[in-house]
Amino acid sequence: MPPLREIPAKMITETVRKLFLGANVVLGEDVREAFREALGREISPAGREALEKILENSTLAQETGTPICQDTGLAIVFLELGQDAHVAGGDLYEAVQEGVRRAYRDGYFRKSLCDPLSRENTGDNTPAVIHVEIVPGERLRIIVMPKGGGSENMSSVEMMVPAAGREGIRELVVERVRKAGPNPCPPVIVGVGIGGSQEQAVLLAKKALLRPVGRSNPWDERLARLEGEILQEVNGLGIGPQGYGGTVTALAVHVEMRPCHIATLPVAVALQCHAVRHREETL
Amino acid sequence: MNDFRKIRSPLAEDEVSRLHCGDRVLLSGVVYTARDQAHRRMFEALSRGEPLPFPLKGQVLFYAGPTPVAPGAVIGAIGPTTSSRMDRYTPALLERGLKGMIGKGKRSPEVIEAVRRFGAVYFGAMGGVAALLSRRVREASVVAYEDLGPEAVRRLVVEDFPLIVINDREGRDLYEEAVRIYGKARPSSPVP
Repeated sequence: MPPLREIPAKMITETVRKLFLGANVVLGEDVREAFREALGREISPAGREALEKILENSTLAQETGTPICQDTGLAIVFLELGQDAHVAGGDLYEAVQEGVRRAYRDGYFRKSLCDPLSRENTGDNTPAVIHVEIVPGERLRIIVMPKGGGSENMSSVEMMVPAAGREGIRELVVERVRKAGPNPCPPVIVGVGIGGSQEQAVLLAKKALLRPVGRSNPWDERLARLEGEILQEVNGLGIGPQGYGGTVTALAVHVEMRPCHIATLPVAVALQCHAVRHREETL
Repeated sequence: MNDFRKIRSPLAEDEVSRLHCGDRVLLSGVVYTARDQAHRRMFEALSRGEPLPFPLKGQVLFYAGPTPVAPGAVIGAIGPTTSSRMDRYTPALLERGLKGMIGKGKRSPEVIEAVRRFGAVYFGAMGGVAALLSRRVREASVVAYEDLGPEAVRRLVVEDFPLIVINDREGRDLYEEAVRIYGKARPSSPVP
């Protein structure tokens, strides 16, 4: 048996800490580029001004180390753990939680988690939501995603009838964005998960948000076309940046798909506010 | 686009009457932060006939929970949260003299009607630009419900805080009007 590659738990903690500290303060260059490009397309003066403020804010946030948004989110962490790697010197999950705890303390980030019934704050922004996937190899890929509550509240999953088909899916997604209106802080990124089981559809939609902004589905030409059609229709809704009216309601639509049961057609829509914050590192 | 007009808070009656849907203003003066749990507590206090821990008459509530204050700063990152979660508590507060609200997103028909009836105003602040907005806060102190942490009520003194009027005392709604202007006509399809 080949020796397992050891990954110290404390290295995981430190990496998670560093990734969240960065994600909440520095907007990705793909996102900034998407805003610059959107500025050229937006016809509404209020919409253009909002886009300019978003860019100005991201520059100021980075220069001063201030969070981009006061909602520094619920911490979502995606782990892809190589089956030949061994986490040494600690519990994998606890290592991640400790990294979240430290990032939110050291970054002066808002602690936004609470007991669902008493609404009492947990005090340190844990527990993070952790998704682990076992993959070939001996490495550990860590993706962090601070997710704001406003856009999360506008996300949904629908068990559609198979007869609804492609057109039904397109209409559902556009209708979700229309109903959300100004609430999820547009311009949004629309993540769509089609198929799988009910919970897999939601996860697909969430993970679709991790794709570089505006890169169309690289695996399935049908989905790439669907993304383009939905984007065009969503941007015809008139909601615009911040809902102040305009032609840039979404920066991108990302669709992911898996086979589903012959009786089902699960469709999840995950909306990402304009503060698109995710970072990753592979150990 | 019209230019920003400077206004002061607490809001004078004649000031509110001059505010119209779509107006862009720079607000200076006192505002109180209050979001979900603070609203629940205020509402419960009023239901029991108890006074609120801060004045409501003519005041402006800002639906916000800032990040913790870093050393040397006045306030952390701050910006509006989605207002609709406060909707169920809002008419009762407007009835008792609240004049202005700062948030983001649509309000319920009940709130829009209460804004009209009690002659108040709902301002939109930009979401997701919290580093920029924090620069417009001059003073901040916790005045109630400190145990709520980020949800505590803070008294802020702001200067030239940029806002846009969403709902005015004539019952208008900027979000509705914006969609009518910029939206392409399409039949609304029912969600299955």
